[in-house]
Amino acid sequence: MKKLKTHEDLEALSTSIRQAQNPDITRVRICMTGCRAYGAEEIRDAFEKEIRERGLQDKIEIVETGCHGFCAKAPVIGIDPQGIFYQQLTPEDVPEIVSETLMNGRVVERLIFQEPETDKRIPLTNDVPFYEKQMKMVLRNCGIVDPRNIKHYIARDGYSALNKVLSTMTPEDVINQVKKSGLRGRGGAGFPAGMKWEFARSAKGDTKYLICNADEGDPGAFMDRAVLEGDPHAIIEGMIIAAYAIGAETGYIYVRAEYPIAIEHLEVAIQQAEELGLLGENILGSGLNFRIKIKEGAGAFVCGEETALMASIEGRSGVPRPRPPFPATSGLWNKPTNINNVETLANIALIFLKDVDWYENLGTEKSKGTKLFALAGKVNNTGLIEVPMGITLREVIFDIGGGIPDGKEFKAVQIGGPSGGCLPAEYLDSPIDYDSLSSAGAIMGSGGMIVMDEDTCMVDVARYFMKFVQAESCGKCVPCRLGTKRMMEILDRIAEGKGKEGDVESLIDMAAAIKDSALCALGQTAPNPVLTTIKFFRDEYESHIRDKCCPAKVCPDLLSYRIDPEACKGCGLCKKNCPQEAISGERKQSHEIDPDLCIKCGICFDVCPFGAVIKA
Amino acid sequence: MAKETGTDHVGVIGPEESLENGIHGKNLAKLEQLLKYYEAGDESLLIPLLQAAQKAYGYLSMKAMDRIAEYLRVSRSRVYSVATFYTQFHLLPRGENIIRVCTGTACYVRGGKAVLGVLENKLGLKAGETTDDLKFSLETVSCLGTCFLSPVMVINGKYYGKLTLQRTLDILEKYK
Repeated sequence: MKKLKTHEDLEALSTSIRQAQNPDITRVRICMTGCRAYGAEEIRDAFEKEIRERGLQDKIEIVETGCHGFCAKAPVIGIDPQGIFYQQLTPEDVPEIVSETLMNGRVVERLIFQEPETDKRIPLTNDVPFYEKQMKMVLRNCGIVDPRNIKHYIARDGYSALNKVLSTMTPEDVINQVKKSGLRGRGGAGFPAGMKWEFARSAKGDTKYLICNADEGDPGAFMDRAVLEGDPHAIIEGMIIAAYAIGAETGYIYVRAEYPIAIEHLEVAIQQAEELGLLGENILGSGLNFRIKIKEGAGAFVCGEETALMASIEGRSGVPRPRPPFPATSGLWNKPTNINNVETLANIALIFLKDVDWYENLGTEKSKGTKLFALAGKVNNTGLIEVPMGITLREVIFDIGGGIPDGKEFKAVQIGGPSGGCLPAEYLDSPIDYDSLSSAGAIMGSGGMIVMDEDTCMVDVARYFMKFVQAESCGKCVPCRLGTKRMMEILDRIAEGKGKEGDVESLIDMAAAIKDSALCALGQTAPNPVLTTIKFFRDEYESHIRDKCCPAKVCPDLLSYRIDPEACKGCGLCKKNCPQEAISGERKQSHEIDPDLCIKCGICFDVCPFGAVIKA
Repeated sequence: MAKETGTDHVGVIGPEESLENGIHGKNLAKLEQLLKYYEAGDESLLIPLLQAAQKAYGYLSMKAMDRIAEYLRVSRSRVYSVATFYTQFHLLPRGENIIRVCTGTACYVRGGKAVLGVLENKLGLKAGETTDDLKFSLETVSCLGTCFLSPVMVINGKYYGKLTLQRTLDILEKYK
């Protein structure tokens, strides 16, 4: 591809790509990121073979895309221009799709979405309830474009926001527009992005850095992964605009090593942007010089904290330092540095593509735009979603998420990962925005949303997060290093049935001290899961402490397994699979568990086809 | 290209070979090859270089870390401190089959703890350990970002999702 030297060059390229597109072509969009684990590659191969054998190469194009969002139904494909959605495919389904849908325009009924309650079959993506209430703005290209082809991005107005910025706006105009949009940081804390840019712009110094924080470490969060994999150019475009606004010539993307596809797609995208001259010297003749480097993380959750992240880029252990000085005045290598999260940067082009008033009108008064969430846990429709700010939790979990599997009761939703909290059913009708969530004791966080049902023990959940924070604490400050350890010990004791009166009060006291005194956000927010579970589920703590009982039947020390002799058919499956050889019994006769040998792993409960293993 | 790692130029060697070459430090030839792609004395390359060395050898031997310290002109203690800070780095040889069990929240809520438990039991290992015959390493990972597969484990890069305890044991058998 020829290097673009001016604004007109980019416009001309965009027009020529659009004109070259054949309007009559049918496109099969296959998710080649998340769905890969379910065999998307085999499905692509099957399509390629079938299309080749039938000589349809001129009429049908296969597009390898990023995430379509509805991961629960993986592997999925979309067929355009009709907008058909096929789910849970196998390579064997492909010949029928080609002959029926692609050649004759007929829908293959058995492969489309079926509404669980009504059995109604829904052929079109936009009519599927999972998609109906969503608003795909940041995800506008995810599942549509091939992320490894810059032309796909350009054909969908890609880099035209950059073009507008560089040809018509000063850096100050850009900052003012971002401020006006009301965009707040999507990484967790929700700081206004425009203000952050302004601080970095006005900081003294010739060398300034821009960092994209793609160290998505919250367990249960995969929004950034989906954007990085599915639409890397949106992030790059956002970064170039940010670089122009603050005056940076070098940018870094700090991305988790656990995301190999994201790294690969970013590498390809950066290379293509360099080839076109969208990164490098004198971008589009504007005089702006900007380059992006990728830094792979090395598996430390604390590196999501901005000062720890910068230490890691500098080649040191990812240990946070006190602020001030804030990165905007003294960051990477002591130079003014601006750090934004992936989703924040992916929002930038949107603010300039349309009228800023349009963006400002999305969402609530203090939370503008849309938010991505990774919906997971005990919910039917796990996946990646984008919703306008202000939507309620009920709409997300029940309308989009399809409710709780196996007819179980909703118990809580965990939002914001280890820094967030668990909200009970009373909050289902409260709106999702920064301020409502923090007043409930949770945080918006990066967007992980884990649904929990009646089988989840809230003491166990609190213990899980505390263990996580303990393992990930960098060890620099005492409140986080030792305070969380002491809290962990109390939680362990409670879960083991050795809790004492006053333990819950101790947890609350310690939580307040740690929140006040820890050095960085990791420690300051670490008590949140404990505090919210105590606030909303105190009775469960008390059952563990007073009655030595785990109401959800989760905590192993408060459980025992036995076999109901009436129900046991003597099939021997439990005996065969017991790792401890704790189960005895002859074939076709009732079996027994030796409680002294039993380690309560639950395999027997899991494998028994007759429900004869009883957990009490 | 913007990224500093150049590992694609170097083949990955097996654990036996790495034991012989790495732990006694007899053969740092692979590392010397790697170093050519990195600028000497640039301390910001420490993490990328450790990553590349681990990719080539499977783990980081003391000798390899010493050589990296010398090359980047940073102290040995600094290299050791970084290598022990980040969970990605391993200072002991790892097994031929690397099992990584996700312990993220979604997996946890859907039984990931039990999956880890049966694997620990079956292999006689605790998370983070390697069998004496260097056949299996059992590790945990905080979140793989594939929560829709939960509970999930990855064996040698292959994802196994929606595990039941029975299926976990069946899958393990395939690698024995």
